Formats: sequence, structure tokens, C-alpha cells
Amino acid sequence: MFGAEVLELSSGWFLENAWLTGLIPVLGFAVILFFGKKLPMKGAEVGLASMAASLVVAVGAAVQWMQRTNSAESSGEEAVSLVQAFGRSLPGVAEGAEAEPFITPVATTWVWWQNSGLEFGIGSSVDGLAVLILALVAFIALLVMVFSVDYVRDDRRYTHFFAAITLFAGGMLIMVMAENMVQIILGWEIMGLTSFMLIGHWWEEEANSRAALKAFFTVRVGDVGLLVGTAIIFFGANQWAVDNLDSNGFNIAAIQAWALSGEANTQLLLWGAVALFIACIGKSGQFPLHTWLPDAMAGPTPVSSLLHSSTMVVAGVFLVARIYPVFWEAFNIGTGGLSFIAIIGAITIVIAALLAFVQDDIKKVLAYSTVSQLGYMMLGLGTGAWLPAVFHIFTHAFFKCALFLCAGSVSHSGSHHSFDMKKDMGGLRKKMPVTFAAWCVSTLALTGVFPFAGFWSKDEIIDNVGNNGYTFLMWVGLFGAALTAMYMTRATYLTFFGEPRGAAAGDHGHDDHHLAHAEEHELAHAGVARSLSAGANVKSGVEGSASDEPHGGHGGSAADDGDAHQDGPHESGKLILIPIVILAFFAIFAGFANPTPLASRFGEGVELIKKYVEPRSTPVVAEEFLASGPGESIVLVDGVAYAPSVSPAAEGGEAGAEKSGCGFTAPEAGTVCFFPGVSHAEPTFAKILLSLAVVAVGYALAIGFCVLFYGRRDPRLVGLTERNKALRGGFLFLKNKYYLDHLYENVIVHAVAHPIAKTAYWINQHVLDATVDGVGTSTRRAGEWVYDNIDQKLVDGAVNGSGWAASEAGHAMQPTQSGKVSQYGALLFGAATVGAIVLVLVNVS
Amino acid sequence: MLAVNFLLLGAALFAIGVYGVIARRNAVMVLMSIELILNAVSLNLVAFSLMTGAVDGQVFALYVIAIAAAEVGVGLAMVLMIYRNRKTIALDELSEMKG
Repeated sequence: MFGAEVLELSSGWFLENAWLTGLIPVLGFAVILFFGKKLPMKGAEVGLASMAASLVVAVGAAVQWMQRTNSAESSGEEAVSLVQAFGRSLPGVAEGAEAEPFITPVATTWVWWQNSGLEFGIGSSVDGLAVLILALVAFIALLVMVFSVDYVRDDRRYTHFFAAITLFAGGMLIMVMAENMVQIILGWEIMGLTSFMLIGHWWEEEANSRAALKAFFTVRVGDVGLLVGTAIIFFGANQWAVDNLDSNGFNIAAIQAWALSGEANTQLLLWGAVALFIACIGKSGQFPLHTWLPDAMAGPTPVSSLLHSSTMVVAGVFLVARIYPVFWEAFNIGTGGLSFIAIIGAITIVIAALLAFVQDDIKKVLAYSTVSQLGYMMLGLGTGAWLPAVFHIFTHAFFKCALFLCAGSVSHSGSHHSFDMKKDMGGLRKKMPVTFAAWCVSTLALTGVFPFAGFWSKDEIIDNVGNNGYTFLMWVGLFGAALTAMYMTRATYLTFFGEPRGAAAGDHGHDDHHLAHAEEHELAHAGVARSLSAGANVKSGVEGSASDEPHGGHGGSAADDGDAHQDGPHESGKLILIPIVILAFFAIFAGFANPTPLASRFGEGVELIKKYVEPRSTPVVAEEFLASGPGESIVLVDGVAYAPSVSPAAEGGEAGAEKSGCGFTAPEAGTVCFFPGVSHAEPTFAKILLSLAVVAVGYALAIGFCVLFYGRRDPRLVGLTERNKALRGGFLFLKNKYYLDHLYENVIVHAVAHPIAKTAYWINQHVLDATVDGVGTSTRRAGEWVYDNIDQKLVDGAVNGSGWAASEAGHAMQPTQSGKVSQYGALLFGAATVGAIVLVLVNVS
Repeated sequence: MLAVNFLLLGAALFAIGVYGVIARRNAVMVLMSIELILNAVSLNLVAFSLMTGAVDGQVFALYVIAIAAAEVGVGLAMVLMIYRNRKTIALDELSEMKG
């Protein structure tokens, strides 16, 4: 019925072979593992080359995706006129409204398992979201690897480090390009495993291996949700997908279409969405499973950088964005429902930002900052602000990666491998000017100062949250933005301003360093939470020893590293600075990929992410969604039909207004939707000023506090937490991370594990062992009886008897063996005669 | 009945051969007796061929002659070796194979 309107979308080699981006790092991992140690750069070159190759393919795919989108634009008007010529009534569309065709993803899959109509493919399904994240991950991973070449030089497991980090990036790429849920689980689990390997890279220290285990197990708690959610969604969607799309319930496009079809079982949808979101809570470090992320700082800094910017933690946000229709429908996001996702996101923003204030470890400040920023992304997704949330993934990756690499640079060259801001840093801005500049740029981007990258994405989230009717959550977001400005100011001040302390002052008296840390570790765990004032002589935090990288790990043998340990703080080498500078550059300019506030002035063409990444909420004719026959996967054909969605004028209305189109009303029979019609806020000057003012207030407060407190040591402030009970309680509450770790380790694990262990031991002793013993005893008795009666008498008797019979027969026959040839001949002929007689008798009678 | 005569001659030769194998002590004589038996068999085969009109029996007779030549060659070689070792070819003195 829509056949005439099918038009050709351009494709290309890179789009169809985007699966290479995932395959290359996996192969690179194998090559490094098997041959890495024999190569001149110990395997690092393989990692770099594979990531560069992935980046080339990903960027090629991104360019071709933009061409594909443009190819639809150019022939769009023709198609609309065809629709009108066919006289089909289009709901909710004014005459001549602009029709934005749904751009079908380019899927290339190889089916590896097939049974009773259900098939699992592996390969790539590329759309705007996928190419954006693919290129981002490959780019960030490449820069982090360049950084690592110098940073982990001479590490005892250098080759394994590169193998694992290559596979880590590969896991994320595999997940991003997934066409079905099974591949998402595959990539997800690869990341879980490799993050365990990388966090525990220096496993000789117990704190590091504990952190690795904690990360692994905490994420596993969420992973159960992924498996359960995938199963629930499969059982909900499978029959619908088979009937309507000739697909199955694991196919992501089919799941999207099912969720928006209006025929989905709301209970299955709700519980599936809840289970999947629990997986995202674990992976993306949302409250209350965020506790593993700061501990993951035990890994080498490049790992933290990659893990916190573009891989692993973004995976949860990506999963929500990928199957967004499921969450949209399950939590009624379209009609202004207060969703689980938004609540968790909002809580995470605030609690993580508060925790960042009491950290002395520079990497832990950044870690809590990441948790907080992930909260923004979740808040955006939970309130219908899909585009700003995805855009925030993009911009956040650059500046957060830059911040972590700056922290690594400081530790590498400025503070003698320490990450303790209060003990070993301070006053580094003159010694490390490049690092300082990059840090400042990234901090401004993180806090959302115009015109740095974070401004364009974070303020968009806050703006859209308010626009979609969640006023309270908007204020939470603004509050979080102010907190962000404050804790980043504190970290910047402690690291780069003030008087140099400890290692930053050239003091390397670190021989008893670990001892002190270990002692403190013990104290903290024994519950002796010391009422430490936040003074400059405060020792490190609760888990200080987890953050210290082993000194022998990367001694300064690099030529550009110089004699770090004799000369005191100095700027890092080129291999470390170049990635930082590139990332800082993007931290300034990445925001211009989608500067929504500029759209009213320069036209919508400047919103590149909106144009190319956000899927169009246009219904597609189900028949165009064809299966290519057994043995091949479902391929979305390059055909597009038009039944245009709501006109732009109807978008962006206040919540509760009449809305129609995908995500609000069920699509017409025979058509399916793949993405809900999300609304976009119109940026206004007043809102921009408000958010900038909030950030400015945050900065002003924090700078004032830092100068008074850390700089001049104002007696009214120093020791305040000791004098004021309420403040002290709050400080301890934060210092102990809301006691969540105590809750998990001492209460939940204790309560669950101990009775279970005791019961299991009792059952083991009294039931299992008794059974095993009983079985063993009776078996032995039975064996003895069998030996005595059957083996000895029957079997041996038969054997001996046959031997005896043979022996006797032999003796009886012995005389015939005379050795006389003539006698033998006589016997022979006698026998022949007898035989002849028998023959004759038989034949005659 | 020409064929019956041949068969009777064959049987007579066979019986003489059997007597020779069993009764003679000299190994060469035993071998000669075996030749008699084989010739009797050949004669029988040709006679049967004559009776049935098929050529198969005559072909078999040719094979038997060839085998007889080989057997006599091997047999005489063994006799020669026995003579070299024992300076006698009397079979009743050879009882190495007594069980």
C-alpha cells in the first residue's frame, strides 16, 4: 500500500562493515596476549593500531550515516507529495507539514545460533546513536592508550595492561553496535570482566584486589537485572515481533516497535523496564549501587579515565537510550509520569556531589563527579530529555577523560605517584602549566560555564527537565550544578594553588607512607572514625591505601620523564600531554556539535546531534521490515514510508496537552514506531542566565571558602566540624559515604551470608555428609559380599575350571603328537576318509 | 564310460600315493608319493571337466601342476637341509615336533 513511497537511502562500506570496529580490538587483544611480549613495544603498538583502525571505521561510518540522513532529506518532499496524492489521511499533521523520514539502521549480522524460528545474530546495527558512541569510544580509547604508553611504562604487566584495555574498549564497541539483546549482554559482560582485570591490575596489594572484587560483584548484582529484564522483554515481545515484523523478541528494533505498538502487556513492560534499569544502576554507578565506582580508582589512572568517560559506566546510560521506548512506555515518561529513572538520577546527582566534598584523593573527587554527571544523564532520560542526555554522554566523555588524565599527569610528574590532594599536592600550577590549563578548561566544561562543552549539554538537560513539567527535578539539577562548581573549585585549589605540600614540595620521605596508610585503613575499618578536621595536615581518607599506585610500577626510565624523583614536580612528557591537550580542545569545542540556544539565531542546521543522532518518531510500514529468509538475519531494508509525526508546532507543548504520534498514540495498523516523539525545550535567555548565575554563585562561594579555609586558615572555619555537633555529624556521615559500604558489607552481607553459611554447614555435616557416609559404607559392604561370593567363587571358579578342562584335554590328546610325519599323514588321510564317507552318506540319503 | 575309467585310475593312483606317504621312510619317496596324489587329483579334475563339458577343471589342473612343481621344489630343499644337518633322510628318526 505504501509501495510507491519507498525511496532509496544511501549506504556505504563503512556503515555495512561497522562490525569491524568491534572485531578489530578483540583480535588485537588476542594478538597482544599471544605475541605481545615479543614485539618491540611490548604489545602497545598492536593496541594503538587496532584502536586507530576502529576509529577510522567508526568515523567513516559516522560520515556515511550523515550522508544517509541527507539522502533521505533530499527526497523527502517528493515522498510527502506522494502520500498526499494517495489521499491518505495523516493524523495530527497539518497540510504540507515537514515530514522527517525514519532513517532505518544499517544492519549486518551473522547468525550463529538458530532454533525453532529463534535466531541470535552477531554483527552491527548502525544508527545515529551507535555511530556517535562508536566514534567517541574509539577516539577516547586511542588517546588513553597513547597516554598509557608513557604512564605505565616499565610496569610489570605492561603487555597484559594493553591487552585488557584493548578488549575493554572492544567490549564497549560490541555492545554499542548490538542489533539484539544477546550481543548487548556479550559486550556488557566483556566490560565487566576486563574492568575487573584492570581495576585489579596491581593485585599484589590487597586493597586493589578488594576494589576489583567489589566492582565486579556490585556490577554483577545489577547484571542479574539485565538477564531477568531481557528474559521478561523477550517473553513479552516475541510473539508480537514474530507476527508483525517477522523478527524475534531479542531484536532491539523489534523491542522498540513492540513497546510503542500500544499492544504491549503493561505489566511485562513495567517489570522488564525495572529489571533492565537495575542493571543500569549497577553498571552506571547510580544510587544505591554507586559504591564500587570510587573504589575502582585502585586501577591505573588511564583505566579510571577510560572507565569513567566513555566505556563501562556509560554502558548503562547507553542501554536506556538504546531501548528508550521500553522505558518511555513503562514509566509513562511521555505523559509526565514521575519515573523511577528520574528519581534515581536526581538522588544520584546530589548525594554523589556531596560526597565529592570530603574526598582527599583527587581521583575520588573525579569519580564522585562522574557518578553525579551520570545522574544528570539518567535524569534527562527519565524525564524525556533523550537528546540532551545522549549529548551529555558525548561532551562529558571529553572533559572527564581530560580531568582524569590531568590527575594522572599530576601524580606521574608532580606528586610522586600520590593522589592525595592534601598531603602531596598544592601550588602545582607554575610547575605544570599545561596540565593546569587543561584542568581548568575541563573544569569549566564540567561545571557548565559558557561556552565550554558542558554548558551546551548539561544546561540542555536541566532546561528540558523543567520544560517537560518536572520543576522540582529542575531545581535539583541546578543545585547539583552549583555543587559541581564548588567541589571542583576545592579540588582545583588544593591541587594547583596554595603552598606545595608533601611530594609536591619535593619531599619524598615516603618510606613509611604505606605503613601510615595501612594503619589508617585499619582504624577506619575498626569503626574508629576519627573526627578529623579538614585541616591541611589531615591524613588521607578512609581508603587511602587503595589510591596509592605502587612506586615501583612505573619508575621514571622514560627519557622525557627525566629524574622525577630528584627534581621534584615538573611538567609531564609529550606522550602524556598530547592526549590531554587534544581532549581539552574538545572540552572547549565539543559543545558546538549541538548548540541548541544558537539554533534560533543560526537555524536548526547547527544542531548536528539532533539532526543526525536522534531517531525520527515517524511510523514505518511494518512490511518494509523484512526478514531475508532462514540463515540470514532480519535486515531493515532501505525503504522508508511516510506517515509524518506531529508537526514541530505541536511539539514542546506543556505536559498534559493533547499529543499524538509515536509514543503517545498507538501507530496505525500496519505501521510501527521505533522512537517516541520526544519534545525539545525552547531555550530562553532567562533560563540560560539562571543556570549560569547558579554556577557563578557556586564558584564564588567555593573560592571564598577555599581562600579563607585552606589559604588563610581562618580560625572561625578551621575545626568547625569539631566544634559544631550537627556539622560534625554531617561530615562523618559523608566521610563514611552514607554508611552504605557498612550497610552492604556488615549488615546485608553479614545478615545474608552468615545464616546461610551456617545452615549450609549444618546441612553439609548432617545431611550431605551422612548421606555420603551411608552410601559409602553400604557400597563397601556390598563390594565385600560381591568379592567373597561372586568374584571368588563364581568368576574365579569358571576361569579355573576352563583352564583345568583345557589342560586335561591337552594331556589326553598328547599321544597323537608323536612327531612322526608318517603318523601325521595317516591321521590326515584317515580324517579325510571319514569326511569323505560323511559327505557321501549325506548326499546319497 | 570313458570318464569313469579316468576316475578309477585317479582313485588307484591316489591310493598308491597315500600308501607311499604313510609307509615309506625315505623322505624323497614320500615326496614322490605326494606327486602321485597330486597327479591323481589333476586327472580327476580333467575327468570331471570331460563329464560336464566345462573348461574350468582343465584350468584347475594346470594350476595344480604349477603348485606341484613349487611344492616339490620346497620339499626337496627341506630334505637337502635335513640331510646336511643329520646325515639322514629317514622320516621316523625326525621327531622334533613331538608334543
